[in-house]
Amino acid sequence: MSASSLSPLPSPVAGGSVASSARAPVPVVDILRLNTCGSVDDGKSTLIGRLLYDSKSLMEDQIESLERSADITGGGQINLANLTDGLRAEREQGITIDVAYRYFATPRRKFIIADTPGHVQYTRNMVTGASTANLAIVLVDARAGVIEQSRRHTAIASLLRIPHLVVAINKMDLVGWSEARYNEIREQFEEFLPRLDIKDVKFIPLSALNGDNVVTPSPHTPWYVGPTLLGHLETVHIASDWNLNAFRLPVQWVNRPNNPTDPRLHDFRGFSGQIAGGIVKTGQKVMALPGGVISTVKEIHTYEGPVTEAFCPQSVSVVLEHDVDVSRGSMLVGVDSLPGGGTELHAKICWMHPRPLVRGKKYFLKHTTSTVQAVVTEIEHRLDMATLESVPNPTELAVNDLGEIRIRTAKPLFYDGYATNRLTGSFILIEQGTNATVGAGMLLPPTEVVRSEHQDYAI
Amino acid sequence: MKSYHLDHLQHLETEAIHIMREVAGEFERPALLFSGGKDSICLLRLAEKAFRPSDIPMPFLNVETGHEFPELIEFRDRRARQLGAKLIVRTVDQALANGTATQAPGEVSRNKLQIPVLLGAIEEFRFDCAIGGARRDEEKARAKERFFSFRDSFGQWDPKNQRPEIWNLYNGRLNAGENMRVFPLSNWTEMDVWEYIRKEKLEVPSIYFSHTRECFRRGGQWLPVPPPHTDATKPDPYAGARPRPNEPVQTMVCRVRTIADMISTGMIASPANTVDDIIGEVAAARVTERGSRADDKASEAAMEDRKKAGYF
Ligand SMILES: Nc1nc2c(ncn2[C@@H]2O[C@H](COP(=O)(O)OP(=O)(O)O)[C@@H](O)[C@H]2O)c(=O)[nH]1
Repeated sequence: MSASSLSPLPSPVAGGSVASSARAPVPVVDILRLNTCGSVDDGKSTLIGRLLYDSKSLMEDQIESLERSADITGGGQINLANLTDGLRAEREQGITIDVAYRYFATPRRKFIIADTPGHVQYTRNMVTGASTANLAIVLVDARAGVIEQSRRHTAIASLLRIPHLVVAINKMDLVGWSEARYNEIREQFEEFLPRLDIKDVKFIPLSALNGDNVVTPSPHTPWYVGPTLLGHLETVHIASDWNLNAFRLPVQWVNRPNNPTDPRLHDFRGFSGQIAGGIVKTGQKVMALPGGVISTVKEIHTYEGPVTEAFCPQSVSVVLEHDVDVSRGSMLVGVDSLPGGGTELHAKICWMHPRPLVRGKKYFLKHTTSTVQAVVTEIEHRLDMATLESVPNPTELAVNDLGEIRIRTAKPLFYDGYATNRLTGSFILIEQGTNATVGAGMLLPPTEVVRSEHQDYAI
Repeated sequence: MKSYHLDHLQHLETEAIHIMREVAGEFERPALLFSGGKDSICLLRLAEKAFRPSDIPMPFLNVETGHEFPELIEFRDRRARQLGAKLIVRTVDQALANGTATQAPGEVSRNKLQIPVLLGAIEEFRFDCAIGGARRDEEKARAKERFFSFRDSFGQWDPKNQRPEIWNLYNGRLNAGENMRVFPLSNWTEMDVWEYIRKEKLEVPSIYFSHTRECFRRGGQWLPVPPPHTDATKPDPYAGARPRPNEPVQTMVCRVRTIADMISTGMIASPANTVDDIIGEVAAARVTERGSRADDKASEAAMEDRKKAGYF
């Protein structure tokens, strides 16, 4: 099990002894994916630089390169933000323009940071970075307090159902480490949090620039009793972030060996995919969608050999008892927990393209491994980011708008509500012609569950 | 209670297998870039995991600069044979000979010349997708790379105009002439790669392990002395990459950490001769992997420039 469920040990990272021995380290137990958001200049890049620097994840040549640019442009002061502002265009404009990924590990966990930009026109990048995150850090400049961006980022984190949120109240050094100011900002947040859907929220006062409460506890915040940011990242409980309840296997590829030398493989027909929900066992009844034919799981194959059981998010190949019509885009599901099915869909959507979403336009819709034609039949409302209120019947959704829409697809989709399963409840819209990815959709719970049109196949 | 839990390597593995199968499902003519280096060795194992007991449904492609370590070529060919895969090799030499590539005057490294050769091979075989072993932790410009990296009909990467990549829903749709580069190891670090090699007991070329070699110092790195020039009827392919009189040759106990070709790969002094030793070295390393590559040092934005032009 993950070390996160144990009581906190003193962090070897904070103690500065990481990677100092030449012995091969014990493998890290799990991965935490996190996403950082804040407005321009809130200190996001500095914070990430600080996390990497203080956790000794930086290498000499990276530090050298920082020092080199400090000599050239920074009057000799190292700028931690330069570590993450990777692209030249960004260095020129001085803002982060796209999602960048950073990696670091402590003996407890491995971290993948999606550094997403705070500029108002780049919401799509935050959605991109946040879609796979376990945890979001929303940065707030202690001087400015909660601004529209803070609300927007928090709303996106909630919409995408990131299970854990950290509100990092930064630049506390510039407000004299005032507990009153910290409480004030906390209250501003708590005012709108109830309207959102985030279960776990943590507030941490810090100074990214000076490193207070990032990796090492700050002497300036005796009034704060919580963990440092890294301490929290290392221990937050993420074991239950996958859905293990309802078996779903979207079929990616049908595995049928060509002229196999092994005679046992002549009739091999494996349905390969990554389990998107639940657990599958040999002997279990499953339904193949579309079609609704029921069969039994005969074998579950992995490269290491057959197994009797597999779970989300493992990649496997499933062989069925019967010769069932299954191809890429099909889904095998557990018969005890059938998904919704239909061509009339209701979803929340984040619009990601300068050409707005309009009613009546045809798009491609990619959901799990199937791509179908779709048309938006209704734009029900748009979420006003300033107030978090719904504005009914907008004529369109512009880039960075969030809203709720109805869609009709050319073929039925088999899905779960996004709140139940992130993988079978999400889709993207692709513009026909340009093939641009233009929208990220989250399905609302289905109103109708699929029904088997066939008799039980295994007589 | 039974634990349904994946450790970090299992997570990275299932993510990469999913991506490999998406490629097989969404593209007509994919190829897998296989150099024989440690990252592409992991790619091969992931391809086996994704597609066995079937054949790996794509050929392997390698672009040779002509300055390769012979150990790497031997390993590459043997591995492809073992896996029963078709290996396509295209070379900078051919491209120079037939005029599709031209060397900049005075430039010794053929790193940039791999670009037209790669693009030429993509056109020749009408590949619509090339799977590569690049990782985001390698270099700053790579950190922004997508799993599915869209290239226009000139093979160019536009960092400001990438397709957003949300959940595990990859958009592989292309118009004629366009192309996708796919990087299943995007989320892997150098440490993950070696831990995976250890876990899967994968063979790696001997030059990753400690050996004795003649090297000389240039540009802050230890460069290997190229093999002797024997065929006097042809110009020396390593002209410019040989030690000059003021660059004394030293016999070193060394190995490679990352492999480009003999001109661009710095050797590191190291006694590591097992995968465990290497993992220990990576854990204790104080410079990044790419710190030993001459091709990235040229300028702060070297990698970004090459990627925009169509590099892997
Ligand atoms: N005083 C103070 N300045 C900070 C702190 N964090 C960041 N800054 C400064 O705020 C400015 C913007 O920081 P940067 O990391 O580039 O912000 P980003 O745009 O959110 O990535 C820089 O000048 C930083 O040095 C902090 O905790 N205290």
